[in-house]
Amino acid sequence: MGSTLFEKVWQQHVVKQNEDGSTLLYIDRHLVHEVTSPQAFEGLRLNARKPWKISATVATPDHNVPTTDRAQGITDAVSRTQVEALDSNCAEFGITEFGMNDIRQGVVHVMGPEQGLILPGMTVVCGDSHTSTHGAFGAIAMGIGTSEVEHVLATQCLIQKKPKVMRIRVEGALPVGITGKDVALFIIGKIGTAGGTGFALEFAGEAIRALSMEGRMTLCNMAIEAGARCGMVAVDDITLDYVKGRPYSPAGENWQKAETMWRELYSDADAKFDAELVYQAADIVPQVSWGTSPEMVLPVTASIPDLASAKDDVQREGWQRALVYMGLEANMPITAIAIDKVFIGSCTNGRIEDFRAAAAIVKGKKVAANVKLAMVVPGSGLVKQQAEAEGLDAIFTAAGFEWREPGCSMCLAMNADRLEPGERCASTSNRNFEGRQGMGGRTHLVSPVMAAAAGIAGHFVDVRDWS
Amino acid sequence: MQAFTTLNGLVAPMDRANVDTDAIIPKQFLKSIKHTGYGPFLFDEWRYEDRGEPEMDCTNRPLKTDFVLNQPRYKGAQILLTRENFGCGSSREHAPWAILDYGFSCVIASSFADIFFNNCFKNGILPIVLDEAIMDQLFNETAATEGYRLAIDLPAQTVTTPSGQSFSFAVDTFRKHCLLNGLDDIGLTLLQAESIHTYEKARAQQAPWLF
Repeated sequence: MGSTLFEKVWQQHVVKQNEDGSTLLYIDRHLVHEVTSPQAFEGLRLNARKPWKISATVATPDHNVPTTDRAQGITDAVSRTQVEALDSNCAEFGITEFGMNDIRQGVVHVMGPEQGLILPGMTVVCGDSHTSTHGAFGAIAMGIGTSEVEHVLATQCLIQKKPKVMRIRVEGALPVGITGKDVALFIIGKIGTAGGTGFALEFAGEAIRALSMEGRMTLCNMAIEAGARCGMVAVDDITLDYVKGRPYSPAGENWQKAETMWRELYSDADAKFDAELVYQAADIVPQVSWGTSPEMVLPVTASIPDLASAKDDVQREGWQRALVYMGLEANMPITAIAIDKVFIGSCTNGRIEDFRAAAAIVKGKKVAANVKLAMVVPGSGLVKQQAEAEGLDAIFTAAGFEWREPGCSMCLAMNADRLEPGERCASTSNRNFEGRQGMGGRTHLVSPVMAAAAGIAGHFVDVRDWS
Repeated sequence: MQAFTTLNGLVAPMDRANVDTDAIIPKQFLKSIKHTGYGPFLFDEWRYEDRGEPEMDCTNRPLKTDFVLNQPRYKGAQILLTRENFGCGSSREHAPWAILDYGFSCVIASSFADIFFNNCFKNGILPIVLDEAIMDQLFNETAATEGYRLAIDLPAQTVTTPSGQSFSFAVDTFRKHCLLNGLDDIGLTLLQAESIHTYEKARAQQAPWLF
């Protein structure tokens, strides 16, 4: 019997198989940001421990950094302290850091792949649930807590129990206007936010193979929203073309050797999966979340559900709470929902392809009068530079969007960018939980083109009809 | 880490599915670089009328009276009953830190999100998974009886009600061992240093670009 992609990568990283069923798993790459690392560094100091392999770890501040002019530094004293703690911890332990004013700084999950720090077949961890992003490279990539951040710093390993593997195939070609984000939301809508719990997901099928690396990263990024710690895509020419020539990618003889190994990173034809689901790409319509969980999501052509259609009391109560929080009525068409703000960015949709697509939508148009703020936040300094070289910033600003500095920004509102109570946002981020983008804020998750079109129209529209 | 062996504690019910880590501890409190002090901000947006900010004094903040943990009968609770997929969302370990700092050392639900579940064990919190039907029974009994307590026995892997009815739960051998003894698993892994070095030597031959 053949092996799954997950199994192949896992087996290459087993340091020791323990009798109790746990595995000591070697970790190749560790990304670090300022929010989940200070207590881990403090733990190292208290126990007089040193990082096991300094070159495996790379850090950048992203959650707390301002997206406005950085000449004055960070004005919020608590945020500033946390970013300074990252700077001093990296200096003390000798860890490479792309600081706030480095052109390479950005959302950790945008920066990593962009620098070639993420390579096929790696094990990748970060104290951040959206580490699943990097599975797009045929890597096992998962989010960990701060105790495990400390564990990986000290030992370069994690104690893990092997998850089950689920393959999700999306067959056929994606219709025009449908993005990796819509595929992700569509799947979460089908299997729910706990559908992938205990599984590693492998995304496969014609529609997935046709996605760019940016699209695959968006999809894998949201595997965690389906409850799975990691999502993966097999390695192919698209993967190798993306990785080649990046600052930390292998070159010369090492590239030849690596390519030979990486070409093996796919699930064998006779590999057995613990679960398998198949969807048709043609069935996917632009998605809009309406509630306070990513599984509360619908096609833009649909209406808010009636409570009578809930499957049980627990779901009905969840929907009821969500309707009240979101200020929506049952049976209201999605396209009738007016918005106050637009946020385009985040580790889900903060890459160059996302901005090109959104810019094409807003070019020559103006943000609707009822939209108080439309902001575009590049995922990294290099994405910003590239977008500016292509003139995308000028397109956005001419349309009334604000063009900002890179960071996590209003995906989770740890910096100054946030929704006020009751404000409604078309957001390209990944979570629509209560209070996620600011206390009382109302988030609708969409793709970059859907967010851009909503900003122009002032309410949700079907981007497939956009002229 | 504080060891967990047995606990006979007051139960508080949070009858909601998909409680996420943003609800457990909102983002503004993640700016702290400390390990402790998160308890007063647990469920902050559900618990208080005003917007919480890091390091604020919570003693005189206006409480939302309809929030379950604000009811006097659940003051001092050590066991939290909740519904499916508890702890979904971000990997923030501040969520179990806040739960522990508030006073809970055991959470019982029909399912948990993976990262949160794992983080609990790193902090001396025992997360217990029980069937939906048993959860319904425990919710009903908690609502019906003020001062309702459960007895948790980790060595025996049982939850026992005041009437003496006992339910078994599963727990991984290694996690149980660490929790019972309050073990720091970094120390345990470093005992395997030789195996890690051996692995690295072999891997460096195979994939030199990683070293």
